[in-house]
Amino acid sequence: MNIKALLVDGDPLIYGAMVSIGLVTVAILFLLTYFKKWGWLWREWLTTVDHKKIGIMYILSALVMLFRGGMDAMMMRVQLAFPDLGFLDSQHYNEIFTTHGTIMIIFMAMPFLIGLMNIIVPLQIGARDFAFPYLNALSFWAFFMGAMLFNISFVIGGSPDAGWTSYTPLSGAAMSPGPGQNFYLMGLQLSGIGTLATGINLMVTILKMRAPGMKLFHMPIFTWSTLVTSFIIVFAFPILTIALALLTIDRIFGSQFFTLTGEGLPMMWANLFWMWGHPEVYIVILPAFGIFSEVIATFAKKRLFGYSAMVWSMIIIALLSFLVWVHHFFTMGAGAFVNSVFSVSTMLIAVPTGVKIFNWLATLYKSKIEFSVAMLWALAFIPSFILGGVTGVMLGMAAADFQFHNSYFLIAHFHYVLIAGTVFACFAGLVYWYPKMFGHKMNERIGKWAFWFFVIGFHVCFFPQYFLGLDGMPRRLFITNVVEWLPLNVISTVGAFGMGIGFAIFVYNVYYSYRHSERETTGDSWNGNGRTLEWATTTPVPYYNFATVPHVDEIDPYVRMKKEGKTTFDEPNVKPIHMPSYTGRPFIMMAFLGLASFGLVFEWIWLAIVGLIGGIIFMILRTYDYDEGYYVSVEEIKRTERKARGL
Amino acid sequence: MANSKKRIPTNHIVGFLLSLVMTIVAAWAALQSDLPVMWIIIGIMALAVLQAGVQLFMFMHVTESASGNGHVPWNMMFHGFALAAIVVAGSLFTMSFGFSHDHGDNGGNEQHHEQHQEESGY
Amino acid sequence: MSEEVKTTGPLEYRTNEGQMTILGFWIFLGAEVVLFSTLFATYAVLFGRTADAPTPAELFEPGTVLIMTFLLLTSSFTCGLAVHEMRRGSVKGLTRWMLVTLVLGLGFLGFEIYEFIHYAHEGATIQSSAYWSGFFILAGTHGLHVTLGIGWAFALLHQISKRGITNVTSRKFFIISLYWHFLDVIWIFIFTSVYLIGMVL
Repeated sequence: MNIKALLVDGDPLIYGAMVSIGLVTVAILFLLTYFKKWGWLWREWLTTVDHKKIGIMYILSALVMLFRGGMDAMMMRVQLAFPDLGFLDSQHYNEIFTTHGTIMIIFMAMPFLIGLMNIIVPLQIGARDFAFPYLNALSFWAFFMGAMLFNISFVIGGSPDAGWTSYTPLSGAAMSPGPGQNFYLMGLQLSGIGTLATGINLMVTILKMRAPGMKLFHMPIFTWSTLVTSFIIVFAFPILTIALALLTIDRIFGSQFFTLTGEGLPMMWANLFWMWGHPEVYIVILPAFGIFSEVIATFAKKRLFGYSAMVWSMIIIALLSFLVWVHHFFTMGAGAFVNSVFSVSTMLIAVPTGVKIFNWLATLYKSKIEFSVAMLWALAFIPSFILGGVTGVMLGMAAADFQFHNSYFLIAHFHYVLIAGTVFACFAGLVYWYPKMFGHKMNERIGKWAFWFFVIGFHVCFFPQYFLGLDGMPRRLFITNVVEWLPLNVISTVGAFGMGIGFAIFVYNVYYSYRHSERETTGDSWNGNGRTLEWATTTPVPYYNFATVPHVDEIDPYVRMKKEGKTTFDEPNVKPIHMPSYTGRPFIMMAFLGLASFGLVFEWIWLAIVGLIGGIIFMILRTYDYDEGYYVSVEEIKRTERKARGL
Repeated sequence: MANSKKRIPTNHIVGFLLSLVMTIVAAWAALQSDLPVMWIIIGIMALAVLQAGVQLFMFMHVTESASGNGHVPWNMMFHGFALAAIVVAGSLFTMSFGFSHDHGDNGGNEQHHEQHQEESGY
Repeated sequence: MSEEVKTTGPLEYRTNEGQMTILGFWIFLGAEVVLFSTLFATYAVLFGRTADAPTPAELFEPGTVLIMTFLLLTSSFTCGLAVHEMRRGSVKGLTRWMLVTLVLGLGFLGFEIYEFIHYAHEGATIQSSAYWSGFFILAGTHGLHVTLGIGWAFALLHQISKRGITNVTSRKFFIISLYWHFLDVIWIFIFTSVYLIGMVL
């Protein structure tokens, strides 16, 4: 194996990236060794099965990925604003828009939301942990290995360059030889399996581990959105698994599914991809709806308006999400009848979504709104998302779509729904639940700076793109020195850098708050306005979550608990709590499977087999594993709770 | 420890016999009968669904109340199969233009194996 | 939570953990239904796209396929009997019926491997055309599931021989029985929509 042949060369930007990756790695290794933190890293993080720690690792990884994806975005914007500068060459541009899309959807949005679910859902329903903590760790490491595999591609072997949708035949072996597309396929496969496992895990957790008395229609709305999302994950991700596997087999073992030879059908890829891809859109938006609902109810200091209408509209959205996939490729040529059917089903989705919008507005109506940073993100979401949604209905009209398709109009549309929906929700959720995770709030003043930079930057960046699209600018275009397009492109780039500054301020806020924020003394961080069970725990949350689980028989149980002076520490009734043991096996097993995937990327079958055997050995070890965890003693619980509650 | 008093598993034996009969009927319909092709396909697919039902209800205890899991297993199977129908039928519906391209003017039954020969270059 | 152990009903359902694990497996099976349906959809869409390779009607042999089907149907039945014996508390009965199940499963695999080699010999391989790619991956994925199931079941039989039938081992065994029956369900659909329809059309 020639190392020089593996590394990507020829571009100063990539050399720069290599050097910085090298320096950061050396710095991390040095710091870990210097501060003697290796043992701590292994004991506290790599072997953890605690849902709160796994959630934090998800969110940290997602923030790193947001940085990576954001850098890609800004490089694209520089190229488009200064097309004559020669900043990027066409190949590099193709790679960057591909990795930008893939990373933002798969390695940023999903893990961010799954991280929040990890931390919050068990706390909202009064559970000790996930139903299957070991599996949860496995899921995280699957995602992590997949993300790492995908990210090393730009220095080793070359990035995928066929777009995040990876349409065949372009992404097939004939037209994209080399490891690039394999990185895409294996990275997504590995993290997709982790996501599927998380979906199952969350469903069982929510269905079986709720506090006594809590019926499904007593659950907090974020938990509901998680349940519905998990349902979509369980039914949509297998489709992706198969689609990726088929394309992998096409590329590595020469089958003919999506090829131009052997009567393969390249368009079948688009069909399968969007059968997963459309539900995927709802996988990243429904939890966002859940987060906004929680934030709006808390800071409007009211119960959420139309709780059951909210739940039912989510369920209807979930069912409809499986019936609209063709609207992503109306122009494929399936004919007027097929397109009409999917056009109608697409527009139907606007109905339940509209119900949700009106419920949020009705919750805000005549309430005493507290403009905290989390609430600002939620308030900015509503009008921005409506802009994205309405243009979505325009795209849903099959006849009109022939004009909009593959133009910047489409780009503007999906950034309006995904950023204003998902990304705003990630920020809102992180700020809102930050005190639960870390024991202190994020600074509100700096947070507002980050918010305004990001939101204004967002509109300046993407609003002009609607008009660029209407002016005929196609997506994925590398040279744009058409004079009419240039001003709007420059404005758009300015906006992108505004978002970049907003993000930088946000990250600085993490550091600033760590150093300077007041430490939380109560669990109910937002001026005592918490409504659901997560605020009933102390801050920081003890590793067993709840000393005693309260009986729940209504929505927003914590409101009444506070009135009646009840807590989650009912001292006479404390019983020993069963906890799972930490284990390093999920990490090692997924490292082996990551190795196998790496082998497949370069088509080194021997390495793939070695990794696979390693994985299988750990599966066998797992079936012979009769470790049943341990019990936390009553004395220890009492000691911890008394200390945390200042009794 | 014994929690089932029944010695003879009647359910299983009936289910097994039913699935054998249905398999044989399906094989007969497809291989020996002179029924119209459309009827055969509909009939044997219906038999397959019934057989799946036998497995689920008689062998797999999908509705067993002792499980404490209520209707969730049944629900997951129902939605799984409903979605399976959507995936298969939807793909055929969406990709149907691919067929008309490949097999010329008819969606016929026996002819298309010879038909596509001349078009295999595509 | 899991300290509350029921004293009635089948062992595998008595602990909360047992119930949750079985529920989780049902949800996984729901995902598996969709996974296979994607393969069926691909197969169906690619039907007729045989290029220069032989057509399925030329290669499929009713005899072999029927034998495979009966092997798997019977193995599903004997697997059900093994669970029945487990619920009566008989390690011996369980082991005996499960071994019969696995022998039948191995027989099925043998026929499938023979079938694949035979087709490859006749010029129908995974690389020869879109149709045959779809066929081999659909049937092969099922075969891979059967293979994994056999290995898994042997590991469980080993554990049961060492530990007897407990809350934990019975839960594990119940889950593999679900898996095995489920593979039979999938095979029924492969038998019907791949082999029978392939021979009709």
